[in-house]
Amino acid sequence: MTTAAETLPAARRRSAPARALAFVRHHTLTVYAMLAFAYLLLPIAVVVAFSFNDPIGRFNFAWQGFTLDNWLNPFGYPGLQDAIELSLVIAVLASFFATVLGTLIGLALVRYSFRGGATTNFFIFLPMTTPEIVMGASLLTLFLNLGAELGFGTILLAHIMFNISYVVVTVRARLVGFDRHLEEAAMDLGANEWTTFRKVTLPLIAPGIFAAGLIAFALSVDDFVITYLVAGGDVTFPLFVWGAARVAVPPQINVIGTAIFLIAVLLMLFNILFQWRRQPKGAS
Amino acid sequence: MTLLHRHRWAIPYLLLLPGLAFLALFFVVPIYYLGNTSLQEGSIFDGYTFTWAWSNYTDAITQYQSQFLRSLEYAGIATVISMLVGYPLAYWIAFRGGRWKNLLLLFIIGPFFVTYLIRTLAWKTILEDQGFVADTLRTLGLLGEDGRLLATSTAVIAGITYNYLPFMALPLYVSLEQIDRRLIEAAQDLYASKVRAFLRVTLPLSLPGVFAGTLLTFIPAAGDFINAQLLGTPRQFMIGNVIQSKFKVIADYPEAAALSFILMAAILVAVLAYTRLLGTERLTG
Repeated sequence: MTTAAETLPAARRRSAPARALAFVRHHTLTVYAMLAFAYLLLPIAVVVAFSFNDPIGRFNFAWQGFTLDNWLNPFGYPGLQDAIELSLVIAVLASFFATVLGTLIGLALVRYSFRGGATTNFFIFLPMTTPEIVMGASLLTLFLNLGAELGFGTILLAHIMFNISYVVVTVRARLVGFDRHLEEAAMDLGANEWTTFRKVTLPLIAPGIFAAGLIAFALSVDDFVITYLVAGGDVTFPLFVWGAARVAVPPQINVIGTAIFLIAVLLMLFNILFQWRRQPKGAS
Repeated sequence: MTLLHRHRWAIPYLLLLPGLAFLALFFVVPIYYLGNTSLQEGSIFDGYTFTWAWSNYTDAITQYQSQFLRSLEYAGIATVISMLVGYPLAYWIAFRGGRWKNLLLLFIIGPFFVTYLIRTLAWKTILEDQGFVADTLRTLGLLGEDGRLLATSTAVIAGITYNYLPFMALPLYVSLEQIDRRLIEAAQDLYASKVRAFLRVTLPLSLPGVFAGTLLTFIPAAGDFINAQLLGTPRQFMIGNVIQSKFKVIADYPEAAALSFILMAAILVAVLAYTRLLGTERLTG
């Protein structure tokens, strides 16, 4: 996996001890990186493994035996299915609205220079650097003071809000490397602004918008802190896990966790392969 | 269309309007209400009214000083450890990853795809009293016979580090990846050793990533309460635990709002001090 080829020509010119040192250093870093990867992936392996556990009692913390029951019966715990459905509905709606609003901001920031651009950039960055508990707390005080009913609507508004910044950042990252000459060429060939946008700009930034939508969806499904504060009596999947963790941890939670993980990884792999196919081999 | 042509300058503002209006309504306005609530007085039964009740703030500081300090301490330690783990990792991917870079990045963000609470519960499984890790440490004599890994500050800090490591590694990777390799080659051609080239070229050029990574790790870590709740005991509780229980359990909204406001201010001060320390002009330039 390592590409030693890049460093070889330089190494050949150096003396034997220096080469040995370089070799050790090269591999020290690699070993360190592998350990870091192991650290990152260990809990994921545990989540997957324990989805096949057959726990005695209510808590799924100690390994007892292998079973497929949990996978055959993923919703076999009261309230779990409703929680997942609510999470999915919120995530679809929140990621859709956040992607639309965020993409428009991203387009404005990259394609136009205008007064207040720097301020806007800073403003977009703010929600990402505010602790979730503060955002959740402030939204809750807003809803309480206005006498709004906590539930589906307040969760949805909160999710759109915290997703917008992430969408802007993702779309903008994709737009920065974008070749403006393609748009100019289209205009030179007589396309008007709207046609150019539809036929040239949009297809080129579509992967960025898609990635942004995915990120928003994932953040929405995963969010606990803000949702917990503004949810009232409604229960999303993370809230369900939180509530369950006090009295029981059914292995079905691991099944759903594993399923979410697999779907997300497949979508990301799909996105990477798509990028690979679009760029010439060897370019990275 | 012709109207737009005549007012081309208005296009970016029109694009910005809906999104920024939304953020103004649900990010900025709520902060006003947070401030307002933090100065209210009353009880959950009679309702709360605004009275400039600054006592909420003095109470918050005197009563929950230790939780505030603990939050900053845990977040600080977790940030340093994430840096020590994340920098070499990001460096390795950026410089040795070749065409597998995107795939390797997927490993870094992998944890994000497992629900936050579930991956924290997985750490509970790993650190269990009868678990493999605790048993091994006991056999090696590194942990006393009754020693525990769970319910300690080590467990909480480990959990926080794990959960925010991707926030550290990703910006580091982005800044390392963008470095023009020719600059490093030039340093080496001019007889700088590898270490010196790293210290004088690579490291300074990766500072924006260090800066962003530190902020993106420290800020959410300081407000975290899930790790302390699931992996610790009330003795490890952070300010987030206090805030959430005031909102959700006791319904003492003014006190909770005051605590949130202080947390926000403390983080702002820490961030400004840190920005001063690192020098903004070097980062934005």
